[in-house]
Amino acid sequence: MYDFLTGPMLWATFLVSFGGLIVRAIMYVKGLSWQLDRVAYRPHMSYGMRGAVRSILAFIIPFKARLWRTRPGFTIIFFAFHIGLLVTPIFLEAHNVMLQKAFGVSLPTLPTGVADGLAWVCLVGGLFMVLRRIAFPEVRIITTAYDYLLLVITVLPFITGLIARYEMGDYNFWLTAHILTGEIWLLSLPFTKLSHAILFFMSRMQLGMDYGIKRGGMKGSDMAW
Amino acid sequence: MPEGKFCNKTPITTEEQLKATLGDKGGKQYYEEMNHLDVDSEKLWGAIQKTMKSRTKTWLEICAHCGLCAESCFLYQVNGRVPEQVPSYKIQSTLGQMVKKKGKVDNEFMQMCMETAWSKCTCCNRCGMYCPHGIDMGVMFSYLRGLLYSQGFVPWELKIGAGMHRVYRAQMDVTMEDWVETCEWMAEETEEEWPGLEIPVDKEDADIMYTCNAREPKHYPEDIAEAAILFHVAGENWTVPSEGWEQTSLSMFAGDWECCKDNVVNVYSAIERLRPKRAIGTECGHAHRATVIEGPYWAGREDGQPPAPYIHYVEWLAEALRTGKLKIDPAKRIKEPVTLQDSCNYVRNQGLKDVTREIISYIVEPGYFVEMAPNKEHNYCCGGGGGFNGIGLYREQRNVALRKKKQQILDTGCKLVIAPCHNCWDAIRDLEEEYEIGIRWSFLKPLVIGMLDVPEHLLPKDE
Repeated sequence: MYDFLTGPMLWATFLVSFGGLIVRAIMYVKGLSWQLDRVAYRPHMSYGMRGAVRSILAFIIPFKARLWRTRPGFTIIFFAFHIGLLVTPIFLEAHNVMLQKAFGVSLPTLPTGVADGLAWVCLVGGLFMVLRRIAFPEVRIITTAYDYLLLVITVLPFITGLIARYEMGDYNFWLTAHILTGEIWLLSLPFTKLSHAILFFMSRMQLGMDYGIKRGGMKGSDMAW
Repeated sequence: MPEGKFCNKTPITTEEQLKATLGDKGGKQYYEEMNHLDVDSEKLWGAIQKTMKSRTKTWLEICAHCGLCAESCFLYQVNGRVPEQVPSYKIQSTLGQMVKKKGKVDNEFMQMCMETAWSKCTCCNRCGMYCPHGIDMGVMFSYLRGLLYSQGFVPWELKIGAGMHRVYRAQMDVTMEDWVETCEWMAEETEEEWPGLEIPVDKEDADIMYTCNAREPKHYPEDIAEAAILFHVAGENWTVPSEGWEQTSLSMFAGDWECCKDNVVNVYSAIERLRPKRAIGTECGHAHRATVIEGPYWAGREDGQPPAPYIHYVEWLAEALRTGKLKIDPAKRIKEPVTLQDSCNYVRNQGLKDVTREIISYIVEPGYFVEMAPNKEHNYCCGGGGGFNGIGLYREQRNVALRKKKQQILDTGCKLVIAPCHNCWDAIRDLEEEYEIGIRWSFLKPLVIGMLDVPEHLLPKDE
């Protein structure tokens, strides 16, 4: 089981997951329409790209966009959650050992304490995301079961990973569960709303181009995101 | 498939239809007929499949339901922060559902969509600035309005408004003859005080072609006279077209895209016919958006630009003051606290925030200009945008919407508001009527004329 999950299944997962995200990005660009979107993408590409970069940067740098400054509490939780979510698996020592075995190369790894901390940050962040969905009427009204399911899919690899890491209960069971939930998460990326992993950039880029070309950029007036 | 006499899927294209629909006072019969109007699901779904491309599709799909858009919406704020006013909810429960159900929706749903699209969103695009995913719900509501219009679910006034544009190519029944006569009349009236003043019609190869809002010839022709005075004093070589002079677009508010195209092409033809170096539009936000910002796309112009440089009045005025074509007498500058309304349609939608403040720097004594909070591209809609001002059915909701601007103005402590946009001007007038907070409001033209330092040779000779 372990061999299958970390062997063929893992490769298939990577292929579907990352391949799928790339396909989604390509489909997004192909589905843009200058006339329907009312943005002259091609003739003003340089203005567009400038706007795109500004728009992405404003929202991936904490407290850069006005939105982030108006909601400091949320901003901290949101960024902590996403940083934990992305950094931990990529720079985790155990994952890089596998990488080393397979390719003979590995990325720099996080000290165990930091990795543990980040995983916990991610879990606590996820918990807060659930709580605010319940607590705030303006979030509750738009929240669906699907939103909770995606949060569960996202945090399960962390929960199972931590249990395995602290060797609570049957290590092999939890390790298998960790790999399985991790693969489910990866497979969900292109097919669910988790596709925002790539589509966030596409959508931000598009709106950035809109502002950069049509809504002020060409008037020399940058949007104060 | 029952369709009403007035409420139906067919646009108004003749004067007779227009007059008949206008005769249905307040749309009484129109709205009654709407209760029986069928939804053509096949056509609706067909339209969605054809026009909903990756931008809107992705926006609907990846909305993280985080609720961060809530506070960005002034309608959410002034309506007691009820969750039904959260932008994400408003679009997901309307367009989102329509897509999910592949257009298989009923009359009741469409009426709910209509109410949401025209009374709970002014398409001010402010939410788009606050969504981490860059989802602009204003853009989507505009799209939804198009779908609703094509199915006949559109407020009575906007059905008529789009009809006006189709019949007269103006938002009011101002014909080409009416327009040219008004120009002649205004030139005559004004010439007494301003010798040599002209309103040249259809002059070819002028430096400027001026276009306006049909409300001006219809209800306040003095605005045209004021534009003429300022061009005259600035020594501009200008003209107005006899055809293609009207740059507003109620059809844009209604979602009648075919009509939008027809109107803007008409204006562009005037540019091509008269070959001015550039065109200048009046103090109107939505007119500017329609002819300059969105118009090129309706007309199918791939570079997204009108056939000649086309600027908003505030851009011309700032330039005229900057270059000294117009001089302000420092003694006549505004010496009372004054604030400025940033119009969504040319500030958030075209970045014209600094030129308006440049104008302020010339016409207001330093220290007297008070910014609204928030301002520039973060400013709130006047409360009457996107057609909201004109829809009788939603007057009550509109009046509630005005409260945000009322509070913003009260917070500045100013009694004078400069509003270089017809729609904002109207909304601010209405809010004073409704809430009596003791303010005055003005376009830029009359203010500037009142404080001009006029060269001797332009003044009337004493007898």
